[in-house]
Amino acid sequence: MSTTLGDDWEMVIGLEVHCELLTATKLFCGCRNAFGDEPNTNVCPVCLGLPGSLPVLNTGAVERAMAIGTALGCEIRPSSFHRKNYFYPDQPKDYQISQYDEPINTGGRLELPDGSVVGITRAHLEEDTGKTLHVGEGGRIHAADHSLVDYNRAGVPLVEIVSEPEIRTAAQARAYVAELRAVLVATGASDGRMEEGSMRVDANVSVRPAGNEVMGTRCEIKNLNSLRSLTRAIEYEADRQVALLDAGGTIDQETRHWDEEAGRTSTMRSKEEANDYRYFPEPDLVPLAPGAEWIERVAAGIGPLPAERRLALAALFDGGPTPAQRDQILAVVDLGLDPLLRSATDAGVPATLALARTANEVATDTDAALRLERTSFATLLGLEANGTLSATQTKAVLAVLLERGGGDPGGIAAELGFESLSSGSLAATVADIVAAHPDEWARFVEGDKKMTGFFVGAVMKATGGNANGKAVTAELARLAAP
Amino acid sequence: MTVENGPAGAHPSTAALSRADVVHVARLARLDLSEDELELFTGQLASVLDYAADVAALDLTGVRPTAHPLPVVNVLRDDVVAPSLERDIVLAMAPSVEDDRFSVPRIVGEEP
Ligand SMILES: [Zn+2]
Repeated sequence: MSTTLGDDWEMVIGLEVHCELLTATKLFCGCRNAFGDEPNTNVCPVCLGLPGSLPVLNTGAVERAMAIGTALGCEIRPSSFHRKNYFYPDQPKDYQISQYDEPINTGGRLELPDGSVVGITRAHLEEDTGKTLHVGEGGRIHAADHSLVDYNRAGVPLVEIVSEPEIRTAAQARAYVAELRAVLVATGASDGRMEEGSMRVDANVSVRPAGNEVMGTRCEIKNLNSLRSLTRAIEYEADRQVALLDAGGTIDQETRHWDEEAGRTSTMRSKEEANDYRYFPEPDLVPLAPGAEWIERVAAGIGPLPAERRLALAALFDGGPTPAQRDQILAVVDLGLDPLLRSATDAGVPATLALARTANEVATDTDAALRLERTSFATLLGLEANGTLSATQTKAVLAVLLERGGGDPGGIAAELGFESLSSGSLAATVADIVAAHPDEWARFVEGDKKMTGFFVGAVMKATGGNANGKAVTAELARLAAP
Repeated sequence: MTVENGPAGAHPSTAALSRADVVHVARLARLDLSEDELELFTGQLASVLDYAADVAALDLTGVRPTAHPLPVVNVLRDDVVAPSLERDIVLAMAPSVEDDRFSVPRIVGEEP
Protein backbone atom coordinates (compact mmCIF):
# COMPACT_ATOMS: atom_id res chain seq x y z
CA MET A 1 0.00 0.00 0.00
CA SER A 2 1.41 3.36 -0.98
CA THR A 3 1.89 5.98 1.66
CA THR A 4 1.55 8.83 -0.82
CA LEU A 5 -1.52 7.65 -2.69
CA GLY A 6 -3.79 6.94 0.26
CA ASP A 7 -5.91 3.83 0.40
CA ASP A 8 -7.82 4.21 -2.87
CA TRP A 9 -4.95 3.69 -5.31
CA GLU A 10 -2.12 1.26 -5.69
CA MET A 11 1.15 1.70 -7.60
CA VAL A 12 2.43 -0.97 -9.94
CA ILE A 13 6.14 -0.57 -10.60
CA GLY A 14 8.55 -2.56 -12.72
CA LEU A 15 12.20 -1.57 -12.91
CA GLU A 16 14.80 -1.93 -15.64
CA VAL A 17 18.30 -1.60 -14.26
CA HIS A 18 21.20 -1.16 -16.68
CA CYS A 19 24.45 -2.27 -15.15
CA GLU A 20 27.82 -1.64 -16.80
CA LEU A 21 30.04 -4.67 -16.40
CA LEU A 22 33.50 -4.41 -14.81
CA THR A 23 35.40 -5.82 -17.77
CA ALA A 24 38.75 -4.69 -19.15
CA THR A 25 37.33 -4.29 -22.65
CA LYS A 26 34.10 -3.57 -24.51
CA LEU A 27 31.48 -6.19 -25.39
CA PHE A 28 32.49 -6.80 -28.99
CA CYS A 29 35.95 -5.24 -29.40
CA GLY A 30 39.24 -4.87 -27.52
CA CYS A 31 38.82 -1.14 -26.74
CA ARG A 32 39.27 -0.24 -23.09
CA ASN A 33 36.13 -0.14 -20.92
CA ALA A 34 37.03 2.82 -18.71
CA PHE A 35 35.16 5.73 -17.16
CA GLY A 36 36.52 9.27 -17.47
CA ASP A 37 39.10 8.83 -20.26
CA GLU A 38 39.71 11.56 -22.85
CA PRO A 39 36.75 11.60 -25.31
CA ASN A 40 36.92 9.31 -28.36
CA THR A 41 40.21 7.67 -27.38
CA ASN A 42 38.73 4.19 -26.73
CA VAL A 43 37.25 3.64 -30.18
CA CYS A 44 37.99 1.29 -33.06
CA PRO A 45 36.39 0.19 -36.34
CA VAL A 46 34.04 -2.23 -34.50
CA CYS A 47 32.57 0.18 -31.94
CA LEU A 48 32.49 3.00 -34.53
CA GLY A 49 30.54 0.75 -36.87
CA LEU A 50 33.00 1.18 -39.75
CA PRO A 51 32.28 -0.94 -42.85
CA GLY A 52 33.84 -4.40 -42.84
CA SER A 53 34.37 -4.62 -39.09
CA LEU A 54 33.10 -7.65 -37.21
CA PRO A 55 32.06 -7.99 -33.55
CA VAL A 56 33.52 -10.80 -31.39
CA LEU A 57 31.93 -11.51 -28.01
CA ASN A 58 33.95 -10.86 -24.82
CA THR A 59 34.31 -13.91 -22.53
CA GLY A 60 34.65 -11.65 -19.46
CA ALA A 61 31.30 -9.98 -20.15
CA VAL A 62 29.57 -13.34 -20.65
CA GLU A 63 30.94 -14.64 -17.33
CA ARG A 64 29.80 -11.53 -15.46
CA ALA A 65 26.35 -11.84 -17.00
CA MET A 66 26.29 -15.49 -15.89
CA ALA A 67 27.40 -14.46 -12.38
CA ILE A 68 24.52 -11.96 -12.20
CA GLY A 69 22.07 -14.61 -13.40
CA THR A 70 23.37 -17.08 -10.83
CA ALA A 71 23.15 -14.57 -7.97
CA LEU A 72 19.56 -13.74 -8.95
CA GLY A 73 18.55 -17.38 -9.20
CA CYS A 74 17.91 -17.18 -12.94
CA GLU A 75 18.05 -20.01 -15.42
CA ILE A 76 21.13 -19.51 -17.62
CA ARG A 77 20.09 -20.45 -21.14
CA PRO A 78 21.35 -20.64 -24.69
CA SER A 79 20.94 -17.15 -26.10
CA SER A 80 21.35 -15.08 -29.24
CA PHE A 81 21.86 -11.46 -30.27
CA HIS A 82 19.65 -9.11 -32.26
CA ARG A 83 20.01 -5.70 -33.82
CA LYS A 84 17.73 -3.02 -32.42
CA ASN A 85 17.47 -0.41 -35.14
CA TYR A 86 16.94 3.27 -34.45
CA PHE A 87 18.23 6.62 -35.62
CA TYR A 88 20.06 8.36 -32.84
CA PRO A 89 23.73 9.26 -32.97
CA ASP A 90 24.60 7.65 -29.63
CA GLN A 91 25.20 4.45 -31.65
CA PRO A 92 27.36 5.07 -34.70
CA LYS A 93 26.05 1.84 -36.29
CA ASP A 94 22.40 3.07 -36.20
CA TYR A 95 21.56 -0.06 -34.26
CA GLN A 96 22.33 -1.48 -30.84
CA ILE A 97 23.29 -5.13 -30.41
CA SER A 98 21.08 -6.57 -27.69
CA GLN A 99 19.45 -9.83 -26.68
CA TYR A 100 15.81 -10.00 -27.59
CA ASP A 101 13.67 -13.15 -27.47
CA GLU A 102 16.50 -15.40 -26.24
CA PRO A 103 18.18 -13.65 -23.28
CA ILE A 104 21.01 -15.36 -21.38
CA ASN A 105 19.21 -15.20 -17.99
CA THR A 106 15.50 -15.69 -17.33
CA GLY A 107 13.17 -16.13 -14.38
CA GLY A 108 14.98 -15.14 -11.17
CA ARG A 109 14.10 -13.47 -7.91
CA LEU A 110 15.51 -10.94 -5.48
CA GLU A 111 14.62 -11.07 -1.79
CA LEU A 112 14.74 -7.66 -0.13
CA PRO A 113 15.94 -7.06 3.47
CA ASP A 114 12.31 -6.65 4.61
CA GLY A 115 11.56 -10.19 3.40
CA SER A 116 9.54 -9.17 0.33
CA VAL A 117 10.46 -10.86 -2.94
CA VAL A 118 10.56 -9.28 -6.40
CA GLY A 119 10.57 -11.53 -9.45
CA ILE A 120 13.22 -11.04 -12.13
CA THR A 121 11.87 -11.47 -15.65
CA ARG A 122 15.21 -11.52 -17.42
CA ALA A 123 18.77 -10.22 -17.30
CA HIS A 124 20.25 -9.90 -20.77
CA LEU A 125 23.49 -8.71 -22.38
CA GLU A 126 23.65 -5.64 -24.58
CA GLU A 127 26.04 -2.87 -25.54
CA ASP A 128 25.99 0.61 -24.04
CA THR A 129 25.57 3.77 -26.10
CA GLY A 130 27.95 6.69 -26.54
CA LYS A 131 27.60 9.80 -24.43
CA THR A 132 25.84 12.79 -25.96
CA LEU A 133 26.36 16.30 -24.71
CA HIS A 134 23.68 18.79 -25.73
CA VAL A 135 25.04 22.18 -26.65
CA GLY A 136 22.79 25.20 -26.39
CA GLU A 137 20.35 26.53 -23.87
CA GLY A 138 20.88 24.85 -20.51
CA GLY A 139 22.11 21.59 -22.06
CA ARG A 140 18.52 20.37 -22.36
CA ILE A 141 17.80 18.20 -25.31
CA HIS A 142 14.79 20.11 -26.65
CA ALA A 143 16.62 23.43 -26.56
CA ALA A 144 19.94 22.13 -27.93
CA ASP A 145 21.40 23.63 -31.13
CA HIS A 146 23.54 20.61 -31.72
CA SER A 147 24.96 17.67 -29.81
CA LEU A 148 28.49 16.40 -29.23
CA VAL A 149 29.16 12.68 -29.05
CA ASP A 150 31.89 10.73 -27.28
CA TYR A 151 31.95 7.06 -28.31
CA ASN A 152 34.19 5.79 -25.49
CA ARG A 153 31.10 4.29 -23.85
CA ALA A 154 29.63 2.91 -27.10
CA GLY A 155 29.95 -0.86 -26.94
CA VAL A 156 30.68 -1.08 -23.21
CA PRO A 157 29.03 -4.29 -21.92
CA LEU A 158 25.76 -3.92 -20.03
CA VAL A 159 23.41 -6.32 -18.37
CA GLU A 160 19.83 -5.08 -18.29
CA ILE A 161 17.92 -6.55 -15.38
CA VAL A 162 14.16 -6.41 -15.83
CA SER A 163 11.92 -6.93 -12.80
CA GLU A 164 8.38 -8.22 -12.80
CA PRO A 165 5.84 -5.42 -12.17
CA GLU A 166 5.61 -6.57 -8.56
CA ILE A 167 6.92 -3.48 -6.77
CA ARG A 168 4.17 -1.56 -4.96
CA THR A 169 5.76 1.50 -3.35
CA ALA A 170 8.55 3.97 -4.06
CA ALA A 171 10.27 2.80 -0.87
CA GLN A 172 10.21 -0.80 -2.08
CA ALA A 173 11.62 0.31 -5.45
CA ARG A 174 14.45 2.01 -3.59
CA ALA A 175 15.10 -1.06 -1.46
CA TYR A 176 15.10 -3.23 -4.60
CA VAL A 177 17.70 -1.08 -6.35
CA ALA A 178 19.85 -0.84 -3.20
CA GLU A 179 19.78 -4.62 -2.72
CA LEU A 180 20.37 -5.28 -6.42
CA ARG A 181 23.31 -2.90 -6.33
CA ALA A 182 24.81 -4.76 -3.36
CA VAL A 183 24.32 -8.09 -5.17
CA LEU A 184 25.93 -6.79 -8.38
CA VAL A 185 28.93 -5.50 -6.44
CA ALA A 186 29.19 -8.80 -4.51
CA THR A 187 29.33 -10.82 -7.75
CA GLY A 188 32.17 -8.63 -8.98
CA ALA A 189 30.10 -7.80 -12.07
CA SER A 190 29.74 -4.09 -11.30
CA ASP A 191 31.21 -1.29 -9.20
CA GLY A 192 27.63 -0.15 -8.49
CA ARG A 193 28.53 3.53 -8.89
CA MET A 194 25.23 5.18 -9.74
CA GLU A 195 26.83 8.64 -9.63
CA GLU A 196 29.18 7.65 -12.46
CA GLY A 197 26.33 6.14 -14.45
CA SER A 198 27.52 2.56 -14.12
CA MET A 199 24.03 1.69 -12.82
CA ARG A 200 21.06 3.41 -14.45
CA VAL A 201 17.41 2.82 -13.70
CA ASP A 202 14.24 3.18 -15.81
CA ALA A 203 10.96 2.83 -13.95
CA ASN A 204 7.68 1.63 -15.46
CA VAL A 205 4.96 3.17 -13.33
CA SER A 206 1.21 2.76 -13.43
CA VAL A 207 -1.60 3.15 -10.91
CA ARG A 208 -4.83 1.24 -10.39
CA PRO A 209 -7.66 1.29 -7.88
CA ALA A 210 -6.52 -0.63 -4.79
CA GLY A 211 -7.50 -4.29 -5.02
CA ASN A 212 -7.93 -4.14 -8.80
CA GLU A 213 -6.11 -6.88 -10.71
CA VAL A 214 -6.07 -5.08 -14.06
CA MET A 215 -2.96 -3.07 -14.89
CA GLY A 216 -3.29 0.63 -15.62
CA THR A 217 -1.53 2.28 -18.58
CA ARG A 218 2.11 2.67 -17.70
CA CYS A 219 4.69 5.36 -18.32
CA GLU A 220 8.38 4.68 -18.50
CA ILE A 221 10.54 7.17 -16.61
CA LYS A 222 14.13 7.64 -17.76
CA ASN A 223 17.13 9.37 -16.22
CA LEU A 224 16.95 8.00 -12.71
CA ASN A 225 20.55 7.99 -11.62
CA SER A 226 20.29 8.06 -7.85
CA LEU A 227 18.14 6.35 -5.24
CA ARG A 228 16.79 9.78 -4.35
CA SER A 229 15.75 10.52 -7.95
CA LEU A 230 14.14 7.09 -8.18
CA THR A 231 11.98 7.62 -5.10
CA ARG A 232 10.99 11.18 -5.97
CA ALA A 233 10.24 10.39 -9.61
CA ILE A 234 8.02 7.42 -8.81
CA GLU A 235 6.05 9.37 -6.21
CA TYR A 236 5.66 12.34 -8.54
CA GLU A 237 4.60 10.16 -11.46
CA ALA A 238 2.06 8.15 -9.44
CA ASP A 239 0.53 11.36 -8.06
CA ARG A 240 0.38 12.82 -11.57
CA GLN A 241 -1.41 9.75 -12.92
CA VAL A 242 -3.90 9.65 -10.04
CA ALA A 243 -4.69 13.35 -10.45
CA LEU A 244 -5.30 12.81 -14.18
CA LEU A 245 -7.55 9.78 -13.60
CA ASP A 246 -9.43 11.49 -10.75
CA ALA A 247 -10.15 14.37 -13.11
CA GLY A 248 -11.65 11.91 -15.62
CA GLY A 249 -8.61 11.92 -17.92
CA THR A 250 -6.65 9.02 -19.36
CA ILE A 251 -2.96 8.10 -19.25
CA ASP A 252 -1.00 8.06 -22.50
CA GLN A 253 1.56 5.30 -22.67
CA GLU A 254 4.77 7.24 -23.15
CA THR A 255 8.36 7.69 -22.13
CA ARG A 256 8.88 10.49 -19.62
CA HIS A 257 12.02 12.25 -18.54
CA TRP A 258 12.74 12.95 -14.87
CA ASP A 259 14.01 16.47 -14.20
CA GLU A 260 15.77 16.28 -10.83
CA GLU A 261 15.97 20.04 -10.40
CA ALA A 262 12.35 20.78 -11.24
CA GLY A 263 11.21 17.65 -9.38
CA ARG A 264 8.88 16.56 -12.17
CA THR A 265 8.55 14.19 -15.11
CA SER A 266 7.76 15.41 -18.62
CA THR A 267 6.92 13.78 -21.95
CA MET A 268 9.96 12.69 -23.94
CA ARG A 269 8.17 10.85 -26.71
CA SER A 270 5.33 8.48 -27.15
CA LYS A 271 6.26 4.84 -26.84
CA GLU A 272 7.43 3.13 -30.00
CA GLU A 273 5.97 -0.21 -30.76
CA ALA A 274 8.56 -2.95 -30.29
CA ASN A 275 8.12 -3.59 -34.04
CA ASP A 276 9.35 -0.08 -34.80
CA TYR A 277 12.83 -1.11 -33.69
CA ARG A 278 12.79 -3.76 -36.44
CA TYR A 279 14.72 -6.27 -34.35
CA PHE A 280 16.37 -8.92 -36.42
CA PRO A 281 19.02 -11.56 -35.64
CA GLU A 282 22.58 -10.19 -35.65
CA PRO A 283 24.11 -12.11 -38.57
CA ASP A 284 27.69 -11.43 -37.43
CA LEU A 285 27.33 -13.24 -34.08
CA VAL A 286 26.67 -16.92 -33.53
CA PRO A 287 24.53 -18.08 -30.59
CA LEU A 288 25.91 -18.33 -27.08
CA ALA A 289 25.36 -21.65 -25.28
CA PRO A 290 27.33 -21.99 -22.04
CA GLY A 291 27.73 -25.60 -20.91
CA ALA A 292 26.96 -26.84 -17.40
CA GLU A 293 30.64 -27.07 -16.49
CA TRP A 294 31.27 -23.40 -17.41
CA ILE A 295 28.13 -22.25 -15.56
CA GLU A 296 29.25 -24.15 -12.43
CA ARG A 297 32.76 -22.72 -12.60
CA VAL A 298 31.39 -19.15 -12.73
CA ALA A 299 28.95 -19.87 -9.88
CA ALA A 300 31.79 -21.25 -7.73
CA GLY A 301 33.67 -17.96 -8.12
CA ILE A 302 30.90 -15.81 -6.61
CA GLY A 303 31.57 -14.58 -3.06
CA PRO A 304 28.91 -14.52 -0.32
CA LEU A 305 25.86 -12.43 -1.23
CA PRO A 306 24.60 -9.50 0.90
CA ALA A 307 21.76 -11.43 2.59
CA GLU A 308 24.20 -14.09 3.79
CA ARG A 309 26.68 -11.44 4.95
CA ARG A 310 24.01 -9.62 6.94
CA LEU A 311 23.11 -12.88 8.70
CA ALA A 312 26.78 -13.45 9.52
CA LEU A 313 27.08 -9.99 11.11
CA ALA A 314 23.81 -10.39 13.03
CA ALA A 315 25.13 -13.67 14.45
CA LEU A 316 27.92 -11.73 16.19
CA PHE A 317 25.37 -10.15 18.55
CA ASP A 318 24.32 -12.17 21.57
CA GLY A 319 20.53 -12.11 21.65
CA GLY A 320 20.50 -10.59 18.16
CA PRO A 321 21.05 -7.00 17.02
CA THR A 322 18.67 -4.20 18.04
CA PRO A 323 16.52 -2.64 15.29
CA ALA A 324 18.97 0.27 15.10
CA GLN A 325 21.87 -2.16 14.79
CA ARG A 326 19.97 -4.02 12.05
CA ASP A 327 19.80 -0.79 10.05
CA GLN A 328 23.51 -0.26 10.62
CA ILE A 329 24.29 -3.82 9.47
CA LEU A 330 22.25 -3.18 6.31
CA ALA A 331 24.22 -0.01 5.58
CA VAL A 332 27.60 -1.60 6.36
CA VAL A 333 26.94 -4.54 4.00
CA ASP A 334 25.54 -2.21 1.30
CA LEU A 335 28.79 -0.27 1.42
CA GLY A 336 30.88 -3.45 1.39
CA LEU A 337 32.46 -2.59 4.76
CA ASP A 338 31.64 -5.89 6.48
CA PRO A 339 35.12 -7.42 5.89
CA LEU A 340 36.59 -4.40 7.72
CA LEU A 341 34.17 -4.86 10.61
CA ARG A 342 34.89 -8.58 10.71
CA SER A 343 38.64 -7.91 10.94
CA ALA A 344 37.99 -6.08 14.23
CA THR A 345 35.61 -8.66 15.71
CA ASP A 346 37.97 -11.46 14.64
CA ALA A 347 40.66 -9.67 16.69
CA GLY A 348 38.39 -9.77 19.73
CA VAL A 349 36.74 -6.32 19.55
CA PRO A 350 33.13 -6.46 20.81
CA ALA A 351 30.63 -6.48 17.91
CA THR A 352 28.69 -3.50 19.28
CA LEU A 353 31.79 -1.31 19.24
CA ALA A 354 33.01 -2.56 15.85
CA LEU A 355 29.57 -1.96 14.30
CA ALA A 356 29.22 1.51 15.82
CA ARG A 357 32.62 2.70 14.57
CA THR A 358 32.12 1.14 11.11
CA ALA A 359 28.59 2.45 10.60
CA ASN A 360 29.06 5.89 12.16
CA GLU A 361 32.64 6.98 11.56
CA VAL A 362 34.06 4.79 8.79
CA ALA A 363 30.98 4.89 6.56
CA THR A 364 31.20 8.68 6.16
CA ASP A 365 33.92 8.20 3.54
CA THR A 366 33.36 4.92 1.73
CA ASP A 367 36.22 5.32 -0.73
CA ALA A 368 38.73 5.89 2.07
CA ALA A 369 37.13 3.10 4.12
CA LEU A 370 37.60 0.54 1.35
CA ARG A 371 41.31 1.47 1.17
CA LEU A 372 41.82 1.38 4.95
CA GLU A 373 44.24 -1.28 6.24
CA ARG A 374 42.13 -3.79 8.14
CA THR A 375 44.83 -4.52 10.73
CA SER A 376 45.17 -0.80 11.61
CA PHE A 377 41.42 -0.58 12.14
CA ALA A 378 41.31 -3.74 14.25
CA THR A 379 44.27 -2.61 16.38
CA LEU A 380 42.73 0.83 16.98
CA LEU A 381 39.39 -0.59 18.11
CA GLY A 382 41.33 -2.98 20.36
CA LEU A 383 42.87 0.07 22.06
CA GLU A 384 39.41 1.56 22.59
CA ALA A 385 37.98 -1.74 23.83
CA ASN A 386 40.70 -2.21 26.45
CA GLY A 387 40.44 1.36 27.67
CA THR A 388 43.74 2.69 26.36
CA LEU A 389 41.93 5.23 24.18
CA SER A 390 38.65 7.05 24.83
CA ALA A 391 35.86 7.14 22.27
CA THR A 392 36.77 10.72 21.36
CA GLN A 393 40.44 9.82 20.93
CA THR A 394 39.60 6.73 18.90
CA LYS A 395 37.52 8.80 16.50
CA ALA A 396 40.35 11.30 16.10
CA VAL A 397 42.89 8.53 15.37
CA LEU A 398 40.41 6.87 13.00
CA ALA A 399 40.07 10.10 11.01
CA VAL A 400 43.85 10.14 10.52
CA LEU A 401 43.92 6.43 9.60
CA LEU A 402 41.22 7.00 6.96
CA GLU A 403 43.15 9.94 5.54
CA ARG A 404 46.43 7.98 5.36
CA GLY A 405 44.89 4.63 4.42
CA GLY A 406 46.42 2.96 7.48
CA GLY A 407 49.31 3.23 9.91
CA ASP A 408 50.10 2.47 13.53
CA PRO A 409 47.19 3.61 15.73
CA GLY A 410 49.41 3.85 18.83
CA GLY A 411 51.88 6.06 16.97
CA ILE A 412 49.10 8.29 15.64
CA ALA A 413 47.61 8.60 19.14
CA ALA A 414 51.03 9.77 20.36
CA GLU A 415 51.28 12.24 17.44
CA LEU A 416 47.92 13.65 18.47
CA GLY A 417 49.18 14.08 22.06
CA PHE A 418 47.00 11.31 23.52
CA GLU A 419 49.92 9.57 25.29
CA SER A 420 49.19 11.49 28.53
CA LEU A 421 46.22 9.22 28.85
CA SER A 422 48.16 6.01 29.02
CA SER A 423 46.87 3.83 31.85
CA GLY A 424 49.63 5.19 34.14
CA SER A 425 48.63 8.83 33.75
CA LEU A 426 44.92 7.98 33.95
CA ALA A 427 45.55 6.29 37.31
CA ALA A 428 47.39 9.41 38.48
CA THR A 429 44.52 11.68 37.42
CA VAL A 430 41.96 9.48 39.15
CA ALA A 431 44.10 9.39 42.31
CA ASP A 432 44.37 13.22 42.31
CA ILE A 433 40.62 13.62 42.03
CA VAL A 434 39.94 11.02 44.72
CA ALA A 435 42.34 12.86 47.04
CA ALA A 436 40.60 16.18 46.33
CA HIS A 437 37.12 14.82 47.27
CA PRO A 438 37.47 12.76 50.47
CA ASP A 439 33.73 12.94 51.43
CA GLU A 440 32.52 11.79 48.00
CA TRP A 441 35.17 9.05 47.99
CA ALA A 442 33.98 7.73 51.36
CA ARG A 443 30.43 7.48 49.98
CA PHE A 444 31.73 5.72 46.85
CA VAL A 445 33.62 3.17 48.95
CA GLU A 446 30.42 2.55 50.94
CA GLY A 447 28.69 1.66 47.67
CA ASP A 448 26.83 4.87 46.72
CA LYS A 449 26.27 4.27 42.97
CA LYS A 450 25.65 7.95 42.29
CA MET A 451 29.26 8.66 43.16
CA THR A 452 30.48 6.65 40.16
CA GLY A 453 28.95 9.26 37.89
CA PHE A 454 30.44 12.03 39.99
CA PHE A 455 34.02 10.70 39.72
CA VAL A 456 33.78 9.70 36.04
CA GLY A 457 32.43 13.19 35.30
CA ALA A 458 35.24 14.82 37.24
CA VAL A 459 37.91 12.77 35.44
CA MET A 460 36.34 13.55 32.06
CA LYS A 461 36.38 17.25 32.92
CA ALA A 462 40.01 17.06 34.04
CA THR A 463 41.08 15.28 30.83
CA GLY A 464 38.98 17.33 28.44
CA GLY A 465 36.83 14.31 27.60
CA ASN A 466 39.81 12.19 26.57
CA ALA A 467 39.52 9.54 29.27
CA ASN A 468 37.86 6.21 28.60
CA GLY A 469 34.79 5.90 30.83
CA LYS A 470 35.22 2.16 31.27
CA ALA A 471 38.88 2.58 32.20
CA VAL A 472 37.96 5.24 34.79
CA THR A 473 35.32 2.98 36.34
CA ALA A 474 37.82 0.13 36.48
CA GLU A 475 40.44 2.34 38.13
CA LEU A 476 37.90 3.59 40.73
CA ALA A 477 36.95 -0.02 41.55
CA ARG A 478 40.64 -0.93 41.87
CA LEU A 479 41.25 1.94 44.34
CA ALA A 480 38.15 1.12 46.37
CA ALA A 481 38.99 -2.57 46.64
CA PRO A 482 40.09 -3.48 50.18
CA MET B 1 13.16 -2.19 -23.04
CA THR B 2 10.16 -4.37 -22.54
CA VAL B 3 9.62 -7.23 -24.92
CA GLU B 4 6.03 -7.47 -25.97
CA ASN B 5 6.17 -9.73 -28.94
CA GLY B 6 8.91 -11.78 -30.56
CA PRO B 7 10.73 -10.73 -33.69
CA ALA B 8 9.28 -13.73 -35.44
CA GLY B 9 5.77 -12.38 -34.92
CA ALA B 10 3.21 -12.92 -37.64
CA HIS B 11 4.41 -11.72 -41.04
CA PRO B 12 1.89 -9.57 -42.81
CA SER B 13 0.50 -11.53 -45.69
CA THR B 14 0.79 -10.03 -49.14
CA ALA B 15 -2.80 -8.95 -49.05
CA ALA B 16 -2.25 -7.19 -45.75
CA LEU B 17 0.74 -5.13 -46.95
CA SER B 18 -0.81 -1.74 -47.47
CA ARG B 19 0.58 1.45 -48.82
CA ALA B 20 0.32 2.78 -45.22
CA ASP B 21 2.66 -0.02 -44.06
CA VAL B 22 5.21 1.06 -46.64
CA VAL B 23 4.89 4.70 -45.60
CA HIS B 24 5.47 3.64 -41.99
CA VAL B 25 8.49 1.48 -42.79
CA ALA B 26 9.92 4.25 -44.96
CA ARG B 27 9.57 6.70 -42.08
CA LEU B 28 11.39 4.31 -39.72
CA ALA B 29 14.22 4.06 -42.26
CA ARG B 30 14.18 7.86 -42.76
CA LEU B 31 13.38 7.46 -46.47
CA ASP B 32 11.52 10.24 -48.21
CA LEU B 33 9.62 8.44 -50.96
CA SER B 34 7.67 10.03 -53.80
CA GLU B 35 4.15 8.83 -54.67
CA ASP B 36 5.56 6.85 -57.61
CA GLU B 37 8.21 5.25 -55.43
CA LEU B 38 5.62 4.28 -52.83
CA GLU B 39 3.64 2.56 -55.55
CA LEU B 40 6.73 0.78 -56.88
CA PHE B 41 8.02 -0.36 -53.48
CA THR B 42 4.65 -1.52 -52.21
CA GLY B 43 4.59 -3.98 -55.12
CA GLN B 44 8.21 -5.01 -54.70
CA LEU B 45 7.95 -5.51 -50.94
CA ALA B 46 4.79 -7.54 -51.44
CA SER B 47 6.64 -9.92 -53.74
CA VAL B 48 9.44 -10.26 -51.15
CA LEU B 49 6.82 -11.17 -48.57
CA ASP B 50 5.44 -13.77 -50.94
CA TYR B 51 8.64 -15.73 -50.47
CA ALA B 52 8.08 -15.68 -46.71
CA ALA B 53 4.50 -16.73 -47.29
CA ASP B 54 5.78 -19.79 -49.17
CA VAL B 55 7.75 -20.85 -46.10
CA ALA B 56 4.89 -19.97 -43.76
CA ALA B 57 2.67 -22.34 -45.76
CA LEU B 58 4.91 -25.34 -44.98
CA ASP B 59 4.22 -27.70 -42.12
CA LEU B 60 7.11 -26.93 -39.79
CA THR B 61 6.01 -28.96 -36.80
CA GLY B 62 9.08 -30.26 -35.01
CA VAL B 63 11.49 -27.99 -36.90
CA ARG B 64 13.55 -25.93 -34.47
CA PRO B 65 13.92 -22.19 -35.15
CA THR B 66 17.23 -21.34 -36.77
CA ALA B 67 19.22 -18.80 -34.76
CA HIS B 68 22.12 -18.78 -37.21
CA PRO B 69 22.88 -20.57 -40.47
CA LEU B 70 26.24 -21.83 -39.13
CA PRO B 71 26.11 -24.79 -36.72
CA VAL B 72 28.58 -23.03 -34.41
CA VAL B 73 28.16 -21.58 -30.89
CA ASN B 74 30.37 -19.69 -28.39
CA VAL B 75 32.71 -17.77 -30.64
CA LEU B 76 34.48 -15.70 -28.02
CA ARG B 77 37.59 -13.64 -27.38
CA ASP B 78 39.54 -13.12 -24.16
CA ASP B 79 38.91 -9.92 -22.20
CA VAL B 80 42.24 -8.37 -23.21
CA VAL B 81 42.76 -4.77 -24.32
CA ALA B 82 43.75 -4.23 -27.95
CA PRO B 83 44.96 -0.91 -29.34
CA SER B 84 42.24 1.58 -30.24
CA LEU B 85 42.46 4.01 -33.17
CA GLU B 86 44.30 7.33 -32.95
CA ARG B 87 41.78 10.02 -32.14
CA ASP B 88 43.07 12.37 -34.86
CA ILE B 89 42.44 9.69 -37.47
CA VAL B 90 38.97 9.00 -36.10
CA LEU B 91 37.88 12.62 -35.91
CA ALA B 92 39.29 13.37 -39.36
CA MET B 93 36.55 11.10 -40.75
CA ALA B 94 33.79 13.17 -39.17
CA PRO B 95 32.03 15.95 -41.08
CA SER B 96 32.06 18.13 -37.98
CA VAL B 97 34.05 18.06 -34.74
CA GLU B 98 33.98 20.14 -31.56
CA ASP B 99 35.89 19.63 -28.28
CA ASP B 100 37.28 16.28 -29.51
CA ARG B 101 33.73 15.02 -29.99
CA PHE B 102 31.59 14.28 -33.03
CA SER B 103 29.29 17.22 -33.63
CA VAL B 104 25.83 16.18 -34.81
CA PRO B 105 22.61 18.06 -35.61
CA ARG B 106 20.05 18.75 -32.92
CA ILE B 107 18.41 15.50 -31.85
CA VAL B 108 14.77 15.22 -30.92
CA GLY B 109 12.91 12.28 -29.58
CA GLU B 110 14.64 9.24 -31.00
CA GLU B 111 16.65 8.06 -28.02
CA PRO B 112 16.16 4.34 -27.33
ZN1 LIG C 1 36.24 -0.60 -30.14
